[in-house]
Amino acid sequence: MQPPRSTRRVRISPLGDTALLAELGSRLDTALNTRAIALAAALRKRRDVRQTVAGYASVTVHFDPEQTTVGALGAAIKRLAAKRPKIEVPGRLHRIPVVYDGEDLDDVMEALKLSRDELIAMHTRPIYRVFLVGFVPGWAYLGPLPEELYLPRRQTPRMQVPAGSVAIAGRQTGIYPLPTPGGWHLLGRTSVKLFLPDSDPPCLFRAGDRVKFFAA
Amino acid sequence: MTIAFRVVEPGLLTTIQDLGRPGAIASGVPPGGAMDRFAHTAANLLAGNDRHEATLECTLSGPQLVAERPCVVAVTGGDLGPQVNGRAVPMWTGLFLAAGDRISFAGRRSGTRAYVAARGGFEGDRWLGSRSTYLLVGRGGMRGRALRAGDELHLASDRAAPVVAGRTLAEIPDYGDRTLAVIPGPHFKRLDAASRKSLFDSPFTVSGQADRMGYRLDGPTLTLSGDELLSFGLAAGAIQVVNSGQAIMLMADQQTAGGYAVVAVVVSASLPAAAQLGPGDEFRFREVTETRARAMRLELSAALTSLASP
Repeated sequence: MQPPRSTRRVRISPLGDTALLAELGSRLDTALNTRAIALAAALRKRRDVRQTVAGYASVTVHFDPEQTTVGALGAAIKRLAAKRPKIEVPGRLHRIPVVYDGEDLDDVMEALKLSRDELIAMHTRPIYRVFLVGFVPGWAYLGPLPEELYLPRRQTPRMQVPAGSVAIAGRQTGIYPLPTPGGWHLLGRTSVKLFLPDSDPPCLFRAGDRVKFFAA
Repeated sequence: MTIAFRVVEPGLLTTIQDLGRPGAIASGVPPGGAMDRFAHTAANLLAGNDRHEATLECTLSGPQLVAERPCVVAVTGGDLGPQVNGRAVPMWTGLFLAAGDRISFAGRRSGTRAYVAARGGFEGDRWLGSRSTYLLVGRGGMRGRALRAGDELHLASDRAAPVVAGRTLAEIPDYGDRTLAVIPGPHFKRLDAASRKSLFDSPFTVSGQADRMGYRLDGPTLTLSGDELLSFGLAAGAIQVVNSGQAIMLMADQQTAGGYAVVAVVVSASLPAAAQLGPGDEFRFREVTETRARAMRLELSAALTSLASP
């Protein structure tokens, strides 16, 4: 069934003179993300578009300002976004082994009133979706997290989180691909490499892929 | 391959940079490349190179290099006081060096980043199609790191256009003009009325936390309203406002996505001036239209085109 017209509204805003942000909505929602990824892929084929990045519910479009303007490209994006999306091909499934011995495991168990086994069972139950690849090389925002695991970010971010750390924050989970500062709660670690500098693309996950964790 | 230069002193932060790797942002890899692309490109053209060749980006204090063979170089960008054999030399023009000549920098006069191009372009590790050094992951350029004393610099090619002596840029950019042109961003309207006003009326200062990824800015506290945002793709020049009300300006090695409000974005023609700001420098934002941004962009490219034609 065709979704109601109102959900198809796209908000276009300039990001300087060589990029724009096309927002499809403001909810964390698999259907919106599917549309964003499809729109990003369709736009990449245009000659006036240099690069696109799909966000949770948006597309950032880097364009050639000698070939188009925010207005002209924005109108084309609105026309494209109004089309019925193609049936999505399911993304590749990655199975990721995790050793659940993270530094924040005890604090998370206490905050969520869950035993270790319950926590692990809940974190490994869903097949997560890769909503967005970005921030630093190899980072992917995965979700949605089961509601029982919602926790705001840590009050004080860590100066350095080791690469391979599996963490949660808000409605999201993720794996730190590089040693970076971070404010998420560390549940465990994986030996799977997310950042693959010698591959192209240099990243294991792509937007739309699926991820299943299992306790190693 | 013969050595072109030996690094005697590396300077504070000297890295090999070209025009970056814009094709990998969907994997979280920033576009990178020269922070001041105008100065980088001008240096290349003055040295007889194509604009895509790699140059040295020298930050605040320049390196000391000894030429191992005769070559042509050009120094552009911020004025860090370039010298050859201890005597001041002009910037924004081709310089002919003999084997044994020593390039050094006397000290910062204006700007923050100087660019050194050598005829033939600097050789460096290529990663995802670019020789640009990306320090966070240690890839590109000189094995992914800043230059060190004792490093040997090679040239990428022996083929380059002949260099015309005495040619210089018709109009050298004024890095003393510290006004950055911006276009209001997707979340400008989340700012309260006072913050919208102070974004354009109050001066900002580059804080001590300023590097190739971005600058944390000291200035008026900017107050936002509205729900938490879902993360989205970012662009260089984006001015994010974090929860404390502080602004962060993203630069070449930017995070590629984030969830903070973007209240304005520096236009491409003002990014070179942004690249020449350093810690403690005061500046202002000025709102421009897309049309004005286009005119500014064309002005810069016309200045470079005049260099490209013999």
